[in-house]
Order: sequence, then C-alpha cells, then structure tokens
Amino acid sequence: MTTNAPTDPRPGELEKLATGIVGFDQVANGGLPKGRTTLVSGTAGSGKTVLALQFLLSGVRDYDEHGVFVTFEEAPRDLMQNVRSFGWDLEGLVADKRIAVVDATPEPGEDVVHAGAYDLSALLARIENGIRSVGAKRVILDAIGALFPQLTDATIVRREIHRIAAGLRQLGVTTLVTMERTREEGGVGRWGVEEFVADNVILLRNRLENEKRRRTLEILKFRGATHHKGEYPFTIDADDGVTIIPLSAIELKQKSSDVRVSSGVPELDKMCGGGMYRDSIILVSGATGTGKTMLVAQYVQAAIEKGERALLFGAEESREQLTRNAAFSGVDFEKAERDGLLRIVCRYPEVMGLEDHLLQMKRDIHEFKPDRMAIDSLSAFERVSSAKSFREFVIALTSTIKFLEIPGLFTNTTSMLTGGETVTETHISTITDMIILLRYVELHGEMRRGLTVLKMRGTPHDKGIREYRIDSDGIHVLDRFRGVHGILSGSPVYSLEAERSRLNEMFRDGGADASQG
Amino acid sequence: MTKFKLRLYITGRTPQSQRALSNLHEICRADLAGRFEIEVIDVLENPTLAENEKILATPTLVKRLPEPVRKIIGDLSDRSKVLLGLDLETLDPEGAHDHQRTH
Repeated sequence: MTTNAPTDPRPGELEKLATGIVGFDQVANGGLPKGRTTLVSGTAGSGKTVLALQFLLSGVRDYDEHGVFVTFEEAPRDLMQNVRSFGWDLEGLVADKRIAVVDATPEPGEDVVHAGAYDLSALLARIENGIRSVGAKRVILDAIGALFPQLTDATIVRREIHRIAAGLRQLGVTTLVTMERTREEGGVGRWGVEEFVADNVILLRNRLENEKRRRTLEILKFRGATHHKGEYPFTIDADDGVTIIPLSAIELKQKSSDVRVSSGVPELDKMCGGGMYRDSIILVSGATGTGKTMLVAQYVQAAIEKGERALLFGAEESREQLTRNAAFSGVDFEKAERDGLLRIVCRYPEVMGLEDHLLQMKRDIHEFKPDRMAIDSLSAFERVSSAKSFREFVIALTSTIKFLEIPGLFTNTTSMLTGGETVTETHISTITDMIILLRYVELHGEMRRGLTVLKMRGTPHDKGIREYRIDSDGIHVLDRFRGVHGILSGSPVYSLEAERSRLNEMFRDGGADASQG
Repeated sequence: MTKFKLRLYITGRTPQSQRALSNLHEICRADLAGRFEIEVIDVLENPTLAENEKILATPTLVKRLPEPVRKIIGDLSDRSKVLLGLDLETLDPEGAHDHQRTH
C-alpha cells in the first residue's frame, strides 16, 4: 500500500508500490510504479539480483505481499543458497507458500530443435500459475537476457517479453525485470531491450573509483510518475542486503535545538556564548600536533562527567594510541569504556568503501545510542574517496546524527602547518554548524598556537583569535593575539603601533624576556 | 520396433496449437505408423506439468522415448527438422535440408 510509503506520490501521478528497500522508496518518491514492469539493468556483479530478491523479501516481510520469482540463468537451488549469507530463507518462504519459484533456466546439456513458429505462452501460463498459487503481488524476472541464446530468434523473444509484461500488467502485479548490460555507460541493455520494456528503467552501476568499488543506483525513467534524478550510492552487505543512501532526498526537517552542551574546554564554551548547541556539527581543523585529538578527548570527557555516552570513531590511530593520548590530558578512556559510557570504534578508512563505512557507523550509532559522537579524523576518509562521494558521506552521516539531536565533532588535519585551508574545509564547511580552527602561529621567532571560532550558526560568538596552550590538564584558551593580523593566512603582519611599543619595551627592559607572554 | 512416446504441449485452441496437432498427426502417420503414443497437454489447464518439464514455448513436442529425451519447439511445420529431432532423419552434409526425404 502506498500509504505506508515514506514519501507519498505526488497528486496526479501513477500509484506507487512501496518496495520496503531501505532508501529506495525515498529516491523513487514512494516506490515502483504499481502494476507495471520496471527494468533493472547493470553490469555483471552490480547487484541486480540482490535488489530484485530484496524487493520480493521486503514484500513478504513488511507488507505481507507474496511474490513470484522467475529465474532464467541461475538454478533456483543455487540462488537460494547464495542469498543465505544475507540471512534470507527463501526455501522456508517457498515451503510456506509465500513465494513461488518458476524455473526458466536452460536444462544443462539439453538438446532443443526448432521446427516452426512458437510463442512463450507456456512461460506466461507458468508465471500466472505461480501468481495464483501464492496470491502474489510482486514478480521478479531475473536475468531475462538468458532467454535470447536459448531461443534462437531474438525478434520473437522481444515480442514475447513484451507480451509477458502486458500479461503481468493485466494480472495487477508489480514486476522487476533484471537484465545484464555489458558496459557502465551507453545503451540500457543487450538485445535491444529498450524496445520492449521502455516505460520504467533503473540503472545499477559498479564503478572503480580510487581503487574502491562504488555502487550507485539511478532511476532513468518512470513513465507517468516522478522520481529523484541522478545517481545514489548504495551498499550491499550481509545484514541489510541493499541499502540505498538517498542523499538529496534526505529531508532537512531536523529540529533545531537551543539546548547547550559543553565542549569540554570551559574557555571555549565561553567563546561560544555558553557552550555549543546540542545538535550541532562541529569541525575542528588544524595541522598535526595542534591538539585536535586532545580537544576530542576533552569533548568525550565532558559527556562522561555528566554520565552521558560518547561514541568515538578513530580513523588514524589505534584504540591503544587514542587511549594513551587521552590519558596524557587526564582522561581515562579505559574506565569510561568499562562503565559503558564510551565506545571506541577504530576502522582504517582503507578497509572498505565510504558507503560501507557509513552503513557501519550508522549501525554503531543506533546500537550504542550515544549522547555525543566524534570522528578523529574525518579527513582520513577523504583520502580514500572522490570529493563527491566524500561530500555525500558527510551529508548522510550528519543527517543521521542531526536526526538524533546529538552533537558530532569531526576533526580535520590540514597539510600546512600554518595557515591554509583543505578540501575538507571547503567541501563540508557549509554542512557544519560550527568551525573551530587550530593554527600554529609563528610570532617573533617562536611557534605558538592560535584558536578561533570561525563560524557558529545561530548565536553571536567571540570572533577573536585566541592563543591557547596545551599542558597535562588539556587545552587552555588564553587571550587574543594583539597587534598582529594575518594569522590565518599563515603570514602574520605586526601592526606598526604594536611593534613600536614592543621595541620600546625591549630597549627599556633590556629585551631579554620581552618575547615571552 | 522402437516405440515412440511423445508429449505435445499446447496453449488452448489457438491456430498455432491446431497446426502443431495436425502436423504431428501427419508425420506420425507417415513415418511412425503403429509405433507411436501421443499425449496432448494444454498448459493452461495443467501448468504444473509444464513447470516440471520446464516448458517455456508452445507448441513444444517432447520425445520422451526412445532416449535421449528431446524437445522440439514450434508448430512442427518444418518437417525435416521434426524428423531430425525424432532421430528419424540425419542432416545431409551437402545442405540438402530443403527438400524432404522419407524412409
């Protein structure tokens, strides 16, 4: 029923059937065109069969809609075995008469002779029989292209597939047809498929990007119905099967909270007018050694002190390193973990694609239900992906935590020691609510550290560049740098006035300790 | 003498079904007189049998005996192909499959 769809169809368009596939119904504005046939085309290994099977299984599981599964290439027994890794018990559903199987695979070694005109009425009759036997609402025809080499005359096969699609439409079932295409771009499929199922087409792609596989789904067209355009990343994994990440379809409906929480650094809270907002996304950006990880430790500590839970994703350092570093500033991660107030998850970005990282992180968040979370560092993920998928990753992640109304602190490592900006800053700064810059400042022949709150959404804040020090108690924010500008650009310029008085003081005091303070 | 057990799958009383039936009877009369047994199955009435024998197209003639089992797809209007499928005829290497020969 379309009323179950997360997004209802627009007025005047064809009725949609909610598939139940995570994210798909959002991208498809409610689901597949109801009672019609939709072609799913993609290269080998692009996930066509898994998507189609998930359509059937979600139907049974979430909507009590039974299904028929017609296979043209892979023997039913093999297929059922292959999807066992997803925890899908097709055999059980077949035995319970919720799913019927029609085996249209060629018999191995079978000898077929063609002697005159024929049609595929027998196949249609068998599908109809399957539909009746389980009262099916959903049908999948998997790898229909395998019909062509089986039956020599491609023209007849095209005509017959068209007839089968028309027959299924009369029976009122919603059908997914999968078909292999040889390349990621160009024609929809082999054998001139566009000619017989042209109304609704979905393309699955599986491209190699930065040595990682990136799967995307694109709805090419729905006749008489709306859908979101463009490619949406998706993942296939053993727990959820296909999950589509509906980026631009994510609704920006998050409530905006005016509850403040502590950053863990009292002076920083003061700079922000009394703490950061509970649902804000904070980007802490700075070069190596500026104290980002320490800031994370204090941010975690602030939660622990209040008896709240923090989830920390480490991407560059191991659990041991993170724990040791936190211990330097007096934060006991080990105890917090034992008390169930902290969970540290360390996964190197290189181990899997960004979409899979996203899925895993979402799972961790939903499992642990933290009151705040942090990623140290976010820029490590940028290294292993394209700018586009990185941005998508950040959008999807931030919308997840915004929805939960918890703060998220991400660190970003800049490559230049003083000044400069990074891709992470430029690409995700619009998504964040608050940006804290940590910079080395070369001042009077000495390296010092400067901190500024570059942006804070929805509240006035201290816009000064403040000096800070790091000691065994953590980060201490001091006064503003005075008489100097251009710190953020990396080449500070001393104002003449300040320089003159400094020189005066130097001569008066003999200059020995004028550079301190 | 080898006995032929044949099964013809059709869908309803379509012209194609009728043609296949009359072609089959004609061939059997001429080439298999007295040693054939035909069973006609309407797929619309008996889809389960079609399912078990994995029939996709109709008409389909299944030669169940003598072995090997073989499917002959179509309305059986190509007589020489039918005879070939029934192992009653071998393909002429000269490509003389256009004219019909009988035993």
